[in-house]
Amino acid sequence: MKDAMNSRTVLLHRLAHARTGDKGNRASISVIAYDPADWPLLVEQVTEARVAGLFASRAPTRVRRYLLPRLAAMNFVLDDVLDGGVNDSLNLDTHGKTLSSLLLTLPISIDNKEETS
Amino acid sequence: MHSSSTSAASSLHIGAGAGFSGDRWDAAVPVVRTLLAHDGPRALIFETLAERTLALAQLQRRQNPDSGWEPSLEHFVAPVLADCVHGAIPIIGNFGAANPRGAARQLQRLAASLGLPALRVAIVNGDDLLTALTPDQMRALLDQSSIERPLVSANAYLGAREIAAALRAGAQVVVTGRVADPALALGPMLAHFGWPEDDWDRLAAGTMAGHILECGGQVCGGYFADPGFKDVPDLAGLGFPIIEMHEDGRFVVTKAANTGGCVDRRTVVEQLLYEIHDPGAYLTPDVVADITEAEVREVGIDRVEITGVRGHPRPATLKATLCHEGPWLAEGEISYAGPNAAARAALAADVVRKRLHALGLGGLRVRADFIGVASVFGDDEGRWTAAAGVPASPVEDLRLRIAAAAATRQDAERVAREVLALYTCGPAGGGGVRTTVTPRLGSGSCLVPREWLAPTWEFAA
Repeated sequence: MKDAMNSRTVLLHRLAHARTGDKGNRASISVIAYDPADWPLLVEQVTEARVAGLFASRAPTRVRRYLLPRLAAMNFVLDDVLDGGVNDSLNLDTHGKTLSSLLLTLPISIDNKEETS
Repeated sequence: MHSSSTSAASSLHIGAGAGFSGDRWDAAVPVVRTLLAHDGPRALIFETLAERTLALAQLQRRQNPDSGWEPSLEHFVAPVLADCVHGAIPIIGNFGAANPRGAARQLQRLAASLGLPALRVAIVNGDDLLTALTPDQMRALLDQSSIERPLVSANAYLGAREIAAALRAGAQVVVTGRVADPALALGPMLAHFGWPEDDWDRLAAGTMAGHILECGGQVCGGYFADPGFKDVPDLAGLGFPIIEMHEDGRFVVTKAANTGGCVDRRTVVEQLLYEIHDPGAYLTPDVVADITEAEVREVGIDRVEITGVRGHPRPATLKATLCHEGPWLAEGEISYAGPNAAARAALAADVVRKRLHALGLGGLRVRADFIGVASVFGDDEGRWTAAAGVPASPVEDLRLRIAAAAATRQDAERVAREVLALYTCGPAGGGGVRTTVTPRLGSGSCLVPREWLAPTWEFAA
């Protein structure tokens, strides 16, 4: 109850931007904090497990996160999520270019205090 | 291009005129205008060769031995060729695709039509594995990549060395086939600064500078704008990037003067990480680059400095892409709108699946999208669209898309016909059917021992 009063949930889209790249059947998605001060929050909440859960319908065989503290960024590599990749997928978006926008739908819990600072 | 010096005036400025085959034809014009204003060495690169583009070029060359190079070559180069020749700005492009020699001939024809003297055009050879390797070597690669269908193309990613050698010899244009994209920019850096081949940190800095350039406007606010969150000034007038490389490997990213777009920490970091997997080990033919300690700093309006890129010794193998004949792709779309639209679209998808089964095509890989509810986030199995509420969705205007992969054209056309037949045999009120049937190329990759290849360059006669 106390938590609910002092924090609220926003989409990752509020705090970070992202871009997808592809190689074969593997997507790489960068997540970059607008404000480097938010980076620790992202490290805590934008985890491999949560990203794997978000992409569950695509059944990734592996999700890896690489941290880049000097850039206030992280890089996710998701294996086997592109329905075969650019030359094989039946998806309209054969590259998976739009998947960065899916990642930005991840809910993030922020302190109300942080929001006003 | 002359030998090295560390003064600011002699920093090497390299601009990008294209980041993919479908890029804007006029983007290079302001880039060249800006390069001309720099009192020092400069170069212009064009990156137009995606993985599949090369296989398509190889197919064209089979039809006509004089084709197989970038179809838009003339459109990309004509607007800037005279300025580059007069301003001594060498042009480096992978627009040779499957036929660098053919591209060189086309460039000579273009120069003549513009009233320019004959060009010194160099071509880089040796990326085509189908001509460079022995049958035994080819077989070993095919085993490694488990490709069973007929090969269309097989090309290794070459590095910057041959480009640099051609530039040192005075080439005005260097035409390559498959090279690592960043090598297009690393080549002129090696030619100008004469960095040793094992100076891994500077090779890595040069490679990442090339990586920043290789997607054209993507580092200048292209593929970036998100209104209210990431606003980009004058996106319609997007400028293309220029990097200013110093002898010690420090470099600044900027863009063509008097253009739209922006270059800041956000745009640069997005592009820096683009298509990188492990940021500690970005593998290229020239070096393994490491950006884990890299720093990105805004040093002026539309000016961002990158420092701290580290390098490790280059890999013993070269990556190669093998393209093979793929299945046929059948696609068909039909719209449903108004009350209960999603339920009618879902019924239509069900009808198509049942018909394909009845026609003996039940084994095909078939996918349904409900555009308006989910056009791209969905998966082949339909888990996403089911979770999104199809067929109960309240959306009142959506478009069913059926896509299928078939081994033969005939089967692909039968899938398309089943979507077309929804007009009279499907649910109520469907409209706007479009169908297409297209041949596809598949691809795989493999690693080639470096010593199997002997890349060369030469002036095209």
